[in-house]
Amino acid sequence: MRAKEKVGIKSYAGYVPRYRITPKEIGKVWGKDGETMGRGLRINSKSVPSPDEDVVTISTQAATWALERSKLDGEDIGAIYVGSESHPYAVKPTATIVGASIGATPLMTAADFEFACKAGTAGFQTCMGLVSSGMMKNGMAIGADTSQGAPGDALEYSAAAGGAAYIIGTEDLLAEINYTCSYTTDTPDFWRREGKKYPSHGGRFTGKPAYFKHITECTRNIMKESATTPEDYDYAVFHQPNGKFPVKIAGKLGFEKEQIEPGLLVTRIGNTYSGAVPLGLASTLDQSEPGDRILVTAYGSGAGCDSFDITVTDSIEDIKNDDIPSIQEVISDEEFITYSIYAKYRDKIEGGR
Amino acid sequence: MRDVAVIGIGETRIGELWDKSLRELGIEAGLKALQDAGVSGDEVGMLYVGNMSAGELINQEHIAPMIADYAGLDDIPAVRIESGGASGGMALAEGYMAVASGIDDIVVVGGAEKMTDVDDVIAKNILSSTADQEWEVVCGATFDSLHAMIAQYHMNKYRTTKEQLAEVIVKNHSNASKNPNAQYPREIPKKLVVNAPMVSDPLGMFDCAPLSDGGAAVVLCAADLVDSYEGKPVKIAGVGHGADHIAVHDRREIGTMKATRIAAEKAYDNAGIKPENIDFAEVHDNYSISEIMAIEDLGFFDKGEGGPATEKGKTALNSEISVNTSGGLKAKGQPVGAVGINQAVEAVIQLRDDAGDRQVEDAQYGMTHNVGGTGASAVVHIFERWSE
Repeated sequence: MRAKEKVGIKSYAGYVPRYRITPKEIGKVWGKDGETMGRGLRINSKSVPSPDEDVVTISTQAATWALERSKLDGEDIGAIYVGSESHPYAVKPTATIVGASIGATPLMTAADFEFACKAGTAGFQTCMGLVSSGMMKNGMAIGADTSQGAPGDALEYSAAAGGAAYIIGTEDLLAEINYTCSYTTDTPDFWRREGKKYPSHGGRFTGKPAYFKHITECTRNIMKESATTPEDYDYAVFHQPNGKFPVKIAGKLGFEKEQIEPGLLVTRIGNTYSGAVPLGLASTLDQSEPGDRILVTAYGSGAGCDSFDITVTDSIEDIKNDDIPSIQEVISDEEFITYSIYAKYRDKIEGGR
Repeated sequence: MRDVAVIGIGETRIGELWDKSLRELGIEAGLKALQDAGVSGDEVGMLYVGNMSAGELINQEHIAPMIADYAGLDDIPAVRIESGGASGGMALAEGYMAVASGIDDIVVVGGAEKMTDVDDVIAKNILSSTADQEWEVVCGATFDSLHAMIAQYHMNKYRTTKEQLAEVIVKNHSNASKNPNAQYPREIPKKLVVNAPMVSDPLGMFDCAPLSDGGAAVVLCAADLVDSYEGKPVKIAGVGHGADHIAVHDRREIGTMKATRIAAEKAYDNAGIKPENIDFAEVHDNYSISEIMAIEDLGFFDKGEGGPATEKGKTALNSEISVNTSGGLKAKGQPVGAVGINQAVEAVIQLRDDAGDRQVEDAQYGMTHNVGGTGASAVVHIFERWSE
């Protein structure tokens, strides 16, 4: 898909909670060799939100920084879409709280999105449509999660927290989005039923027929549509549920390790779900130069992919020395915690307060 | 009683076959076998299907008529045979008897299991239900831990070592690396097996066979009619069943598998041969210890010598006796109810000289050994090269 008008990223910023826990620490509690599991998953540590952090606070922090970076005012934002699978409320939008917090309300539209780990990039596409059609000047898309892993489940070693916000517009772009495309099927690889605290998953079914198939198809599609090959891209960002999958899919599609390195955050912060690709792209943009081309493919269970073909503009230079922390700066602020503190922070202790 | 030959074989690839349902697995294997035999559907007298637990694994009972129906064989009577892990082998024995007795001239015997529609824990629990649910499983024993107890006992009594158990796995993976239908067609180093995460002491992850999806089928024909069909025949020279208490704790001796011994004795007697006549054997290696015990109980090695014999390479391809040339349950894969038929398919491939890189040279006799539960049922078949 290609917009009629030029469309792209005007600003972005990301936030990741500072607390970290290691797979070794988690494994200790469950009698598992967490260190080996971590090596297998290529996850050294994962981020943990504090008791006062949730998708609203993570989104608000990222949105505040993105707005500040853009030099726009809150009322310049015509839409806010927050993609997450851990919205604090089942009914009551995250996006309205974020909108009020950054001064964008009331003359705006807002909604929460859910598409497992790709709800954030679904917001990108919605905003692209709204701004390129001229219905509004700027839209904000946020992907953020405080993802859940049941105690002792394999997911507990990777499920992390973080998010990033993007302002999508048609002028003053840091990066142009040349093409986008999606690939959607009904594939039940991972789900959480209404009212359930933790998700269920199909084990290895989440791999080959889910993550790998969808990313392969969607990425090949966008390269076909944009008539590009992996060599045309300086960087690539793939969804990163662990450190193994994105490296494997990159290799399979013909990308080099160096191309995905700047966006590969999962080894340090774990799987931030809806935040994963937005954060990975933000980290890549932080390190990019004018003219760099970036291929992005987000994956969401259930299942689908959104791909983007992005070219960085000269304006990227203007934000290099601004006051907004880079993703690397954000994630370098780390404090490691024990499983008992983690259990308290993640509300895993019944009756705890 | 008439002589019986296998004149057609077919099997699916074994693995986590996400895009194939049970009926598709059954149909694919069955149609391949009919095609290989050159038999048309209306010539088939009966369809037997070995299957352990479709009811629990995919919520479908009455699977034999279902598979026949979807294969376009809806006029053919079909029945499912269940005997835990020995379901496939028991189905083969039923088919053999139908033809040998003269009731039918041609029967199809298939086996199929779809195990990956439920998660690993549920599948393992279902497998454990082939042990004694009321007196073993409810008390906390699992299929893995029961085999671990057997392994502990064998190690204690015969000084079998963990290294010797690992040799079984290394060999079977090496054989599977030459089998295009295998789930794990690759060699693995012994270090990986020995150092793998523990499942139930002394059995580590690699000591245990996977739970797989797969289907296999054979076409059986009265020996005096084989000339009417294209399929290259292999004779079924002997069949034997054996049985024992279902619960491990009720058995007099757990370092040997009584059901296997009895089944083997009957099969040897039936075929008129001795263990030393067997050139290759597909044995039920659902755990590494199971193969060690099997090669002793089938009479290939003295009791307690299974470990050392394996370590010395006596069971490797084209050595003293080639054991699990297909890769076995461990590396070819374990679609439980299909296993007995997968084993028969391998025996036929070997005796037709079609095994390629894993061919056993000058093989005259091959054996298949299929076990249900922890050893409450066992069935042994002896296959013989066809002579005009």
